[in-house]
Amino acid sequence: MTIEAITLGGERMQLNMGPHHPATHGVLRIRVESDGEIVSSCIPDHGYLHRSIEKIGECIEWPMFVPYTDRVDYVCAMNANLAYCVAVEKLLNTDPATAVVVPRRAECIRVLVAELNRISSHLIAVGAMAMDVGAYTPFLHGIAQREHVNDIFEKLCGQRLTYNYVTVGGVAFDLHETASEEIASFLDQFEKEMVRFNKLITTNTIFRDRCANLAVVTAAEAIAWGLVGPNLRGSGVDWDLRRDEPYGLYGELGVRVPKGERYAGRKGAVGDCYDRYIVRLLEIQESVRLCREVLKLLPPAAAKANDPIGGHQADVSKVLKRPPKGFVHCRTEAPRGEMGYFLVSDGTKVPYRVRVRTGSFSAAGIFHKVMRGIFLADVVAVIGSFDVVVPEIDR
Amino acid sequence: MNGMTFDAIAARITQVCEEAMVVRSENGQPFVRVPAAALPRVAALLRRDPALLCDALMDLTGYDRLKYPGNEASPANDAIAVVYLLFSQQHHHRVMLEVQAPRALCAVPTVSGLWPAALYFEREVFDLLGVQFVGHPSLERILCPDDWVGHPLRKDYLYPAQYHGVPHLREGQHFDGAPRRQGDPEPAPTPAPTKKGHP
Amino acid sequence: MAVADLPKPGNDPHEQIVLTAVDEFLAWGKENSLFYLLFATACCGIELMQAGGPRYDVDRLGMIPRATPRQADLMIVAGTITHKMAGVVRTLWEQMTEPRWVVSMGSCANSGGPFSKWSYSVLNGVDKYVPVDVYIPGCPPRPEALIDGVMALRERVRRYRTMGVRDRDPHVVQGADCRFGSHPGKPEPQA
Repeated sequence: MTIEAITLGGERMQLNMGPHHPATHGVLRIRVESDGEIVSSCIPDHGYLHRSIEKIGECIEWPMFVPYTDRVDYVCAMNANLAYCVAVEKLLNTDPATAVVVPRRAECIRVLVAELNRISSHLIAVGAMAMDVGAYTPFLHGIAQREHVNDIFEKLCGQRLTYNYVTVGGVAFDLHETASEEIASFLDQFEKEMVRFNKLITTNTIFRDRCANLAVVTAAEAIAWGLVGPNLRGSGVDWDLRRDEPYGLYGELGVRVPKGERYAGRKGAVGDCYDRYIVRLLEIQESVRLCREVLKLLPPAAAKANDPIGGHQADVSKVLKRPPKGFVHCRTEAPRGEMGYFLVSDGTKVPYRVRVRTGSFSAAGIFHKVMRGIFLADVVAVIGSFDVVVPEIDR
Repeated sequence: MNGMTFDAIAARITQVCEEAMVVRSENGQPFVRVPAAALPRVAALLRRDPALLCDALMDLTGYDRLKYPGNEASPANDAIAVVYLLFSQQHHHRVMLEVQAPRALCAVPTVSGLWPAALYFEREVFDLLGVQFVGHPSLERILCPDDWVGHPLRKDYLYPAQYHGVPHLREGQHFDGAPRRQGDPEPAPTPAPTKKGHP
Repeated sequence: MAVADLPKPGNDPHEQIVLTAVDEFLAWGKENSLFYLLFATACCGIELMQAGGPRYDVDRLGMIPRATPRQADLMIVAGTITHKMAGVVRTLWEQMTEPRWVVSMGSCANSGGPFSKWSYSVLNGVDKYVPVDVYIPGCPPRPEALIDGVMALRERVRRYRTMGVRDRDPHVVQGADCRFGSHPGKPEPQA
């Protein structure tokens, strides 16, 4: 953290947080003007990880974009893959000639990996928030659990972080033989581990008092500023795309949606940092339940890959060479909020425009508003509670 | 929660603004094309009318229509299309607006007074597509560095060959079919393509 | 004499006193306490964090992350470097005190990675701005690959001498042969 102290009369000073700083959210730079310990203005500076992914989308073919969606949000790469693939399938389904039916087994596998990745993504989110506030141990517990998820995914598709697994029309490989047992045993030991995690940090008085009543975002503000996902739900808005505009298998599963309800009690407010934190923990619990449900619904594997019930990938190679001309807008619920894809197609095998709308971009947009009047030490707690990852902001 | 259909929303919009056109894309997706001058009226209607109450700006983006096939006869050939996706958290209905900004006068009124989410979205569209949002309090680049030249998502954008003296490509790095960079020689004229669509 | 060549001390008091050059001793100390600058830009940063986590645990090699370049010996450039970020990387490298080493982790830091052809804003390799000692390929490289690169670097650090000539030839970690494996669809290696 480089500090250039320029006194601007009185005790006002200008601090530069980032782009390299120890809070593990990536290369985000924030120009902070503070009056002693109290922040008076906080202007973020983005673009340090702008990798021109949207321009790349206009240069390569439709299925070749899937690895780049991994890089848009690498902490929850399966959900990022899924968002793009669901959007492309929606585009293909606008024309009955190119319509795609994803096999049922593939839909089950998609929900399974998406929810497992939601668990591991939220572990990083809550662990990093605890670490920023000063508690180092819960992060290590979170990372240890994430390693178990990484093991499962590594057997599934060979990768630990950027999976390139969910493809248009299904998933790239079928589950390996021991997948169901491994996932079930992981979920069992994970629930016990979460009890320990919660005893460590969630009910800790110091943590709760630091996060309570901090950076309160009301429901109307959250909607107006474009917040999505746990940030929106933490402000008390009851909206989750998995339940309200379901895609894939989510319509059958019935997702229970947590929302912010002043979990810090007397000292807190609806929409403070503690509410957003608790919403993520409750979502982890819900994801565990969803994984167990899906394991029961999983149909047996069929011999052919494009079998409509037991296959894992519909055959889309021909239709992706000539998709329908036009556009589509499709959003899915990623751990950081809805990922909205606006795809424009000109009928060729290369997209005309790929637009990724991410939750962290809007969350970064509200920083300068909520971080006025807080202590300097709380800036990192606020960033942690909004769970921004910089590649989602910068793409 | 009484969501209106797209046709009902479009009817309300055309009541307020006669120049608004209901358009369907080639694959049947409906949207309302609004002239730039009428955008503040239409946006205020969508935001404040109790039956519409589109309080969430889901996305504000754009695309360059320069190389969109079938454009050749249309006067909006060289426009940047700015797309607004609005959603009502109360009524659970959505509507998409499109405003075309011609390259010669690439300016569109801002909607950041109605939806603060637009503050960041409009900066991004300005940065990557070069559309000026009139009335935006701090319209500056957000993703590219401040001294970047050009608007990268435009279809006629030439990649820079170097930035601050450092060339983009490594020594000996060569890609077939790589994008043209500034300073590259003109490509040889290609024969007429058999398929429609940009290369 | 190198530390590794010394005989193990037994009961004979003549064997229990070790004499070596101070420089070698200091190099041995540097090798086993490489503090790395926590410089995570993108996806490789998560693998760097996992390498510091409980399973792979580079702390047992003496490597602790430091947030400030003043206290770091090693900069692991993990992640994509854009043109906007490049000046910052150079500034941080200059703020590190000598002796300092740089490990380029991942394809993006090595050569631009998946963004090298089509991206207008990505720097095709961090070695345009800082001298790199070890390149670790991968996208992202596994924590084991990172540790492999660090072990190669430790050999180099052990040869560091205060008055000596710095070894500047970069070392490239050889990746595993990805053509064969137990993954579905891949052929078994021919015996």
